[in-house]
Amino acid sequence: MKKSYKIDVDCANCAAKMEDATKNTEGVKDATVNFMMLKMNVEFEDGADPKEVMPRVLDNCKKVEDDCEIFF
Amino acid sequence: MNKKQKKTLYRIIISAVLLIALYFIPVTGALRFILYMVPYFIIGYDVLRKAFKGIKNRQPMDESLLMCIATVGAIVLAVYQDLSGLKGDYVEAIAVMLFYQVGEWFQSVAVGKSRRNITELMDIRPDYANIETDGELEQVDPDEVEVGTVIYVKPGEKIPIDGIVASGSSTLDTAALTGESLPRNIVEGDEVISGCINLTSPLRIKTTKEFGESTVSKILDLVENASSHKSKSENFITKFARIYTPAVVYSAIALAVLPPIVRMLFMGAEPMWGSFVYRALSFLVISCPCALVVSIPLTFFAGIGGASHAGVLIKGSNYLETLSETDTVVFDKTGTLTKGNFEVDAVHHCPIKEDELIEMAALAEAASTHPISQSLRRAYSREIDRSRVSDIEEIAGQGIKAVVDGKRVAVGNTKLMAAVGAEYIECPDDIGTVIHVSVDSEYAGHIVISDIIKPHSADAVRALKSCGVKRTVMLTGDAVKIADKVASELHIDEVHAELLPSDKVDRVDALISAKGGKGKLAFVGDGINDAPVLSRADIGIAMGAMGSDAAIEAADVVLMDDDPLKIADAIRIAKKCLRIVKENIVFAIGIKLLCLLLSALGLAGMWLAVFADVGVMVLCVLNAIRALITKR
Repeated sequence: MKKSYKIDVDCANCAAKMEDATKNTEGVKDATVNFMMLKMNVEFEDGADPKEVMPRVLDNCKKVEDDCEIFF
Repeated sequence: MNKKQKKTLYRIIISAVLLIALYFIPVTGALRFILYMVPYFIIGYDVLRKAFKGIKNRQPMDESLLMCIATVGAIVLAVYQDLSGLKGDYVEAIAVMLFYQVGEWFQSVAVGKSRRNITELMDIRPDYANIETDGELEQVDPDEVEVGTVIYVKPGEKIPIDGIVASGSSTLDTAALTGESLPRNIVEGDEVISGCINLTSPLRIKTTKEFGESTVSKILDLVENASSHKSKSENFITKFARIYTPAVVYSAIALAVLPPIVRMLFMGAEPMWGSFVYRALSFLVISCPCALVVSIPLTFFAGIGGASHAGVLIKGSNYLETLSETDTVVFDKTGTLTKGNFEVDAVHHCPIKEDELIEMAALAEAASTHPISQSLRRAYSREIDRSRVSDIEEIAGQGIKAVVDGKRVAVGNTKLMAAVGAEYIECPDDIGTVIHVSVDSEYAGHIVISDIIKPHSADAVRALKSCGVKRTVMLTGDAVKIADKVASELHIDEVHAELLPSDKVDRVDALISAKGGKGKLAFVGDGINDAPVLSRADIGIAMGAMGSDAAIEAADVVLMDDDPLKIADAIRIAKKCLRIVKENIVFAIGIKLLCLLLSALGLAGMWLAVFADVGVMVLCVLNAIRALITKR
């Protein structure tokens, strides 16, 4: 399943870090962060519940980039 | 400006004012230190916090840390000077932090502004669809409208979903989709695509697709995801930043430690710790890679945004890059260089008025659905009065006989002319289809119907040559004679005719392997039957692709309308974008290396360091925004 989320982040480099952090989150198959559109596309693993995975994604992103926000 | 940006701006102003005020206040010692720390913390607290958190989360190598080391280091040096009886310079540390914040603020505002500009350019997303229930209009989410529903579009509104006009006629503004400024007239029964703006009168549209499958959704999807296909330049910058930052930090440490030790141990001179630590700190300030990290993706984004405004959809930065290196363009003929529908080209040997001949022929063909009779009726362009025609007789493989206005009219090939006993004249330059007409068994001349070359095709070939394309090739399934005529009219370098669709792939294969050098090969087609060729070429360009899903899938670049001039536009936009990227890379790295060298030698202080960081970044961002401008 694929979902798209609005995000807020300050720099392109930070967005790249968020992308890596999201990819390495349990339940996420693949992710792309589009800094220019301030959007994040997340592809979840089969059977994963986005409601449960997304808080973990946000946690991991906060670890690499304190100043970020994901709206879900 | 958003809230965060406003807050940063206030902090910048307050700490700048404090800094200037402190310059005039005659205080010394510990009090002076404390007073100077006030503007430092006002301007830098978030950077310090971020650097601290970075260390805690084991992500230490970022610019916040560089800034913290540099400014804290400069403050420590100043305190050391204070203690040793000299007047320490605190201004420098605060100024560095201040300028860093100015740079960040500017970057954030500039990126926000261009983001808004680009999304405005692509502001084609419809917010609602009107559905009529019991005479009342109701606004619903376009996502919820089922296929086959009749939606109501008022003048001034966007068409939310692809469909067919069920009633009403109007003009449409297609500029957001095609870049074409002339409005398009539509009547009942015409297909309309989502994203167009209804200009003059209300329309009822029967939807033929779901919102998610409609043109507007496809386009938005394509453009919004374009920047996830990274170009070589972007990957280069990411890798560069990954190696560069640690390398700079270690060099700075070496610069602070090694020369004093060497001086002490081997030269017997004074170590000058302060001086070298200061040089190392300047070195750190200069080193920030943000100018590149920000401006390169911004340039590509602006380029893709500008291009889509001009009606050229580019699926990713990597394709923008390939497009800029194109030196061979291969065209499909039908539908690309020619209109792809048959039109009356000429009328020969006609004793009566040409219009009258076409009128006769069109009336005789009134009932036929053959493409040729359709083009005859288009050429006649008035309403067909069926009551003037009777006794229509279709003769397979020959043509049509009918009685029009009481005269016996025969429209068809030479066999039909022979059959009705008219003395026909062969057409000397038989390019296209020749339709002979006789009236009451008297020969009345012939009409030549052919695939017309698009009005801009010749200009397009010329424009391609002038923007660096070395070779143009045309592939077609048509006869050699027709192909040669079109190619010579358009000045195309090379023609391959009478090809089956699969031959086209082989031909493109051969062209790619035969051409040496770095240049890339682009294939331009109309998306019908040439999806395999589109994907085989280095870069596939589909034109007039509104509504053709296969083409949007297979192509790397999609031209929204079928004007071949857009190909040259696309290449020009790509070249400009890549030129800006190269300018920024060379400029930023060049200036930084120069400043790094100067600061290592002790020739440049923190002030120059701040310029090398913030100034270069500002200039690169401004340069990047140029990619948005795509005027011819």
